[in-house]
Order: sequence, then C-alpha cells, then structure tokens
Amino acid sequence: MGSDATASVTVESINPKVLKCEYAVRGEIVTHAQRLQQQLQTNPGSLPFDEIIYCNIGNPQSLGQQPITFFREVLALSDHPALLEKPETSVLFSSDSIARAKQILSSIPGKATGAYSHSQGIKGLRDAIAEGIAARDGFPANADDIFLTDGASPGVHNMMQLLLRSESDGILCPIPQYPLYSASIALHGGTLVPYYLDEATGWGLEISEVKKQLEDARSKGITVRALVVINPGNPTGQVLAEENQRQIVEFCKNEGLVLLADEVYQENIYVDDKKFNSFKKIARSMGYGEEDLPLVSYQSISKGYYGECGKRGGYMEVTGFSSSVREQIYKVASVNLCSNISGQILASLVMNPPKPGDASYESYVAERDGILKSLARRAKALEDALNSLEGVTCNKAEGAMYLFPQVRLPQKAIEAAKAAKKAPDAFYALSLLESTGVVVVPGSGFGQVPGTYHFRCTILPQEDKIPAIISRLTAFHEAFLNQYRD
Amino acid sequence: MSFIKTPAVPIESINPKVKDCEYAVRGEILNYALRLQEELEKNPGSRPFDEIIYSNLGNPHALGQKPITFFRQVLALCEYPALLDTDDTHKFFSSDAISRAKKIRSTLTGKSTGAYSHSKGAKGLREMIADGIALRDGYPANPEDIFLTDGASAAVHMIMQLLIRSENDGILCPIPQYPLYSAAITLHGGTLVPYYLSEAKGWGLEVFELKGNLDLARENGISVKAIVVINPGNPTGQVLSESNQQEIVELCRKEGLVLLADEVYQDNVYVKDKNFISFKRIIKSVGYSDDEISLVSFQSISKGYYGECGKRGGYMELCGFSEDVKDQIYKVASVNLCSNTSGQILASLIMNPPKPGEESHKLFFAEKEAILSSLGRRAKALEDAFNSMEGVSCQKAEGAMYLFPLIKLPNKAIEAAKKVNMVPDAFYALRLLDATGLVLVPGSGFGQAPGTWHVRTTILPDESKIPAIVSRLKAFHESFMKEFQD
Repeated sequence: MGSDATASVTVESINPKVLKCEYAVRGEIVTHAQRLQQQLQTNPGSLPFDEIIYCNIGNPQSLGQQPITFFREVLALSDHPALLEKPETSVLFSSDSIARAKQILSSIPGKATGAYSHSQGIKGLRDAIAEGIAARDGFPANADDIFLTDGASPGVHNMMQLLLRSESDGILCPIPQYPLYSASIALHGGTLVPYYLDEATGWGLEISEVKKQLEDARSKGITVRALVVINPGNPTGQVLAEENQRQIVEFCKNEGLVLLADEVYQENIYVDDKKFNSFKKIARSMGYGEEDLPLVSYQSISKGYYGECGKRGGYMEVTGFSSSVREQIYKVASVNLCSNISGQILASLVMNPPKPGDASYESYVAERDGILKSLARRAKALEDALNSLEGVTCNKAEGAMYLFPQVRLPQKAIEAAKAAKKAPDAFYALSLLESTGVVVVPGSGFGQVPGTYHFRCTILPQEDKIPAIISRLTAFHEAFLNQYRD
Repeated sequence: MSFIKTPAVPIESINPKVKDCEYAVRGEILNYALRLQEELEKNPGSRPFDEIIYSNLGNPHALGQKPITFFRQVLALCEYPALLDTDDTHKFFSSDAISRAKKIRSTLTGKSTGAYSHSKGAKGLREMIADGIALRDGYPANPEDIFLTDGASAAVHMIMQLLIRSENDGILCPIPQYPLYSAAITLHGGTLVPYYLSEAKGWGLEVFELKGNLDLARENGISVKAIVVINPGNPTGQVLSESNQQEIVELCRKEGLVLLADEVYQDNVYVKDKNFISFKRIIKSVGYSDDEISLVSFQSISKGYYGECGKRGGYMELCGFSEDVKDQIYKVASVNLCSNTSGQILASLIMNPPKPGEESHKLFFAEKEAILSSLGRRAKALEDAFNSMEGVSCQKAEGAMYLFPLIKLPNKAIEAAKKVNMVPDAFYALRLLDATGLVLVPGSGFGQAPGTWHVRTTILPDESKIPAIVSRLKAFHESFMKEFQD
C-alpha cells in the first residue's frame, strides 16, 4: 500500500499505549464465550450445557433484573413530552412521575431533551443531585462541583488525562482493582503504583501498605499524583470501616495526593454491620474542607438497585481544586459538549428517588428492596457454595456485585496452563466455561498477589438459576481437581 | 467555593496537553454570553436586546426545532416497554412505531435498554445501520465494521488516540476546521498539519495544496498518518464535487494516508446542483480494494433534520483496516463498555427512517421537509444579509448549518483589539454580542488564512426571528465600521 514508509495502519504503527492497555472484563474469555454461544445457536446440544451465563460483567438488566418503574416512567415522558399533553397519560403513568417529568423538562431550556446541555450537565439536574448528596452526607454539595458524564468511566479518564504527564507520574491503585483504572493509566501514559489489599483480613486496606508502596515509588523517581480507593470494593466487595477511611483521608492530605473515590456501589451493601460513608462526608466530618484535600467522588447509574448500565449515566463531584484547574476540567468536558440527557435524568432520579408520601413511593420501595434483598441472598448462596469447594476460599461480599474466590490450583494444572500458554487462572476459567457455560473473569485481569489465583464472578444471575449454577460449578471443580491431582 | 492558597494540584502540574487544547465553540465568548444572560434575567431592559441568541453551536433543538415524532415515539416505547401492550397504546403511538420498538427491543441484550450492549453497539442495530448505508451508497456495509459511540466526537478521539504515537505524528486538517479536530490532536499529543481551503473558490479543496502541505510536513520530520475531510464542511458549508472526492481518495491511496471522513452533515444539503456522496461510495465505485486504502466514516444523530444532539449518538464505519488493528479498536471501545442505548437506537432510526406506505411516513416526511426547507431558506437569508454588509463577503452554505463570512476589519479596529489583548475577530464578535445579543464564534477558533478575519454563525435561530437578527446585525456592523473608520 502506498509509496511511503508510514503507509498502512498496522499493529506496529499504532499508539503503543493502546497495545499496552488491557481490559479483561470483556477480554479473551468473553470472545470465546460468544463463539460458543453462536455454536449453541447453530448446533443446539453440541455442548454440555444449554446456555452461556455471563457472570463476567456487572450488567444486571442483561440477566433479567427489571428497571425501577418510576425511573422509566419519567424517562419515557421526558423523551416524548407530547405524552404529557394527552388526558390518557394519567391513566398510564403515576402522578408523581408526570410531575417529576414536568419539573425536569422545565429545568431544560426550551424543554428540549434533544439539545446539547451545559457541558457539566443540566443545572436543574445538578441541583437535584447536590441536594441528594447533601441529604445523604449531612454536608452541603455544590451543583458547580458536579460533572455529569456518560457513565462514571469517562470521568475517570478525564482525571487520568489531567494528572498524568508522562510515565514518571503514578497513580496508587488497589490490587485487585477494577481494570478500568489500569487500562486508563496505560492509555494516558502513566504508571500504576499497586497497593495490595489483604485477603486474609477480608480484603482490608492497610494504610502502612499504601505508605510503603508510595515511598517505594517515590524512591524510583515516580511522582505519585493520586490514590484510587474503590468503596465498596470491586472485585473484592469489602466495605471500608470509618476509621480506615479517616486514615486514608489523612494520608492523602499529608502526602498531597488527590483522592479518587470510586463509590459506584454505594447502594450495594449486604451486611448489617457496615454502612456506606462517602469520602466527602468523612473528610468534612474531620473538619477538612476544600483547601485541605482534592477529592473526586464518582457515582454511576449502572449499579445499586437501578442497574441502568446501558443508559450511560454518572457524575464526578470535584472538590478541592483551584479555579484555574477546574476551568481546565470544564474545558476538556466542553470539547465533547455534554453527556447524554437520558443518563443525566437518571442520575438525578437515582440521587433523588421517590419520598414517603409520593404516589410511587411504596412500589418504588418494594422494587428496590426486592432487588437488594435478592442480591444479598445470591451473594451468600454463591459465597457458601464457593467456600464448600476443595481448595477454594471466598471472602464475604459485604457490598458491590462480585465474588472473588481464591483457588489453590494443583501444580499439574499450573503446568498444563503454561503448556497452553495461558495464565493458570485463565486456564481454569476457560475450562470452567467449556464445561458449564458460565463466564467468569480470571483474577489475573484484576491483579492479585503473585502466586495466587482467583476469578471474579458476579452475583447477578436470576435467583432461580443459582442452584443449577452452583451444582455445575461444583461438579466442574471436582472434575478439574481430579484431572490435575498432584 | 473557597480560595485555595496552596493547592495540592497546582495548575503547573497538570498535563500540558490539557492546558494547550482549545475549543472556541464553548470558549470565552460563550462564558461572556452566559454572564449577560444572567444580567438580563436579573435586570430586564438593561441591554439593547431582550434575549441572548446562541448562534455559536449547532444545537437545533435549543433554538426551537422539534424532534421527529416517529423517533421519539420509538424511544419512549423502548424506555418504558409497559407502554407497548396497554389498551390505550394505539392512542399514543403509531403502529409502525410500536412494531419498530418491538423489533429494536428484541435486538437488545436482556431485551432491555438498561443493559450494557456489545461494545460496538447492539448487533441488530448495527445491522439496521449497515442496511441503511447500503441503501444510501449502493454498496454493502458490514455490521462488524460499525462502532456506535456517544456522538461522533467520541469516535474521533478513539481514532486520534489510535493513530498518534507522539508529536512526530501528524494529521492533515482543513483550515478552517471544526475545532474538535485541533483539540483532539492536541490532547492526544500529535501535530496538526494544516491545509487551506480556498475561500475564493467557495472554500474549495485543492489537491495540490493538500500535497504541498503533506510534503512540507514530511520534510520537517512529521509522519503524516491521516487526513480529515469534513463533507459537507464545517464551518464552511461546502459540498465537495465528486471529482474532488476522487482526487482526495487517490491521494490517500498513493500517500498511505488514512481518510477520516466527517460526514455528520450528510443530511444537510441545500443546493440542487450538489448531492452528498459518501467517501465509501467513491472508494467502492472506483473499485479500490480493502488493502489499498483505509477509511473511517463518521456519522452523528446530532445534525441532519433530526438534531438529536443531547442524546449523544453516532458511529464510525471502518473500511480497509486489518483484523488485528480492528481488535485493538474493539479493545479500547470495551474499556468504556458501550455507548448509550438511546443514542444507539436513534442512530438505527436515522439510517432507517419510515418508508413510503408505512403509517408514519406522511408525518415523518412532512416534518423532515419542513425542517430542511426552512434551513435552506434561513441559510440564504443570512448569507444575503452578510453579503449586503460593507466589507463583508460570505460564501454560500451549500450544506451543514453554518455561515462563515469574511470581514474586512479596518486597521483602527485591529489596533483597538490589540490594545485590549484580543484577537481582532474576537473583538468584533464580542462587540456584536454586546450590541445585539447574538453569540457567534470568532473565526480564529476555526483557523483562517493569516490576516483574514471571520465569524461563524449557525443558521439555526427560528425562522421568525431571522428578520430581527438581520436588521440588528446590519445596524451593528454599520455602526462598528463607522466607529473604526480608517
């Protein structure tokens, strides 16, 4: 092609950061699963299972979870406001969804849900979110600190792009972590500085470990810019204790680190002895204000009990940055104009759901609690099942949507993996897929202590499928161990 | 927001590429306009105009254009499927909207708009888009080569990130250009290689000008990877002739350049003697094979007659890329999981609108024609107005949504601008805003031949407002020219 050496686009000629970045959640194992799924469609009965069950990704509505009725009523009315002019509408829609849609539309200039909004998101919706944050935390929030984004992920990218100048800039990340962080750091040319969560203590975060890693990185000439904390954790599911959170805040303040608080699972907590505290609340309750700590708090509409992954909504609340830096953040947001309006609307609903006395309140609570209680039951059932397997230990999922069991693989299995040129946990996960149709993600995709092997499985398949999944998993694991017994 | 004395993140420490990038469309002049608007709201009558008219941004619905009824009916039904099966459904929704919504839902993961879709976008929707492309061009399209994104902008970023390794990699861009390109190239660390459109020739693209700049860049050690062509043009509005397009394609093939075809205004052509022809069709009709030329075609739901800016939808169609490079593109797309499902659905609708004989076709066609003919009239009215002004010449808007008049600013005005540290066209635009309430973007935000000054206005204000806008514009210009008469 062409006469010039710079001719065709090849894997050798593209941006090496793109080559370097990995995202296992939709990686090789998923591609293989999709091929198997095709095979099942063209050749039913050709595999030892009837269907592929995708436990690789936190995608509740793909596995039968229903959206919250009130939220979808409001969305439909906002999308097609002509509905609001018809008398029959009050028969089809709850009165409070009609009122909320009208309120939302009036906050949009020209009631035009098809127009680009302010680059941070519609002001009226940010006001509603700020109120929701204040009600949650007991400390005020400012609509001007909120940037609505297409999911939380673009907000993460924005901060990585802002903070990373070169590979001499580092970001502290938990190991194991949700691989958006490692991927984004790679894409933006920085260095991931790992700090290990402690499996033996329920994936606890030890501040001494974080400090050690920070100092180690600094001694190697890395300027560490920020600390990522995922609370509740992904893939680990732990909910941080308040004391722990205070230590983290203090640490970031003293070391001049930006605290990047991934709080997308704030409404997924399954244990009575823990609750979600936002890092903003913790910092403010310690008396720390804007001048003390740069903090970016991420929330998403994809998780919780709402699970609106496909609508792509979320926000970052940005506090503790100078106005000149905030202008830069705004400027980058303006290049892509704004996030999608449906996602913005859902974010405002998630942070301001129906209240007692509202027409939809009771049905909303029933739907919400039904989903959350079911998630807690499924988390427990799968955790118990995994713990009953030989050589497998699984920490409790206090929150989030995943289990991350440790699997002690026999030496023979590790060797077989090497021969197949696969990471041992990827080898295990692939064998699991081929025997059972269940798709999990190898622990190597999230990071783990070297020499240990894990996989991440979601707790999301419908409750009535859980027993079958458990029995297939159990049968597979027994057979696998027998095959590779030392 | 409190003043932060010694910020943990000083402005000097952020990524310089972020600081360097500019996006005038939502830049300084807009900030000033927003302040004026607040002032008007607090103090009506304080200004020589009643309202701010935002003619800075291609945002049709914000200025009163209505969405296409059929599209919003389908969207509402997809968001709240309970609507599909009520006794009253047919009172609200046409039967073809109902059947389209059912068809679309069946293509979605979990039959829900709330689930993450495939990272390229739902397969069934990509098939619908591929069908639409094939019908438009007369050549088949492969759904596997289509990537649905949150607006075309997100796809542009993906390609810039893919192609640019360092500032030694260059991208040819038209001057003037839509400043997403200059911003994206800066953010991704590359070099913009300009090629000047010829104002005297209706903003025509001369291939020898292209080649000249390409050769010059290469002599300076820049590896030029791609060329951006915006057709119809933004801000210039020209529609390329077929022979021009063939020359461009031939140049790309010969020089090994990736052709980045921004075709988001393909449904905005106002002149009878020109037609939109996609670059894909040109390549196929000449008979080039996939290994001879690489093409990325961008389309968006934000423009045309649909104007669904806020829904954030669009796609890129890849042609002539190897499987392993496409795998890398897929991998990057997977990190952010997928684009929003409303945008995906709208993209499938615009590429597959109601056909003659279908229940909604009559209304659809009437709405579409009304919008497009009105745009054509507004383009002409504003073009004539500019051409009647002293020292102003304005090329015809053959397509797109903008006019980009050339203004011969008197020396005194240029000096006055320099005194207040402003670029002369920004000075003019600011004075214009102050006098008329009309927000335009200075030509310096798009690039222009040195020593020339332009402003970009949209043609989008409601038709009823155009006469008042024209008279205010003329009055302002007359008085400005008088004030700064040499």
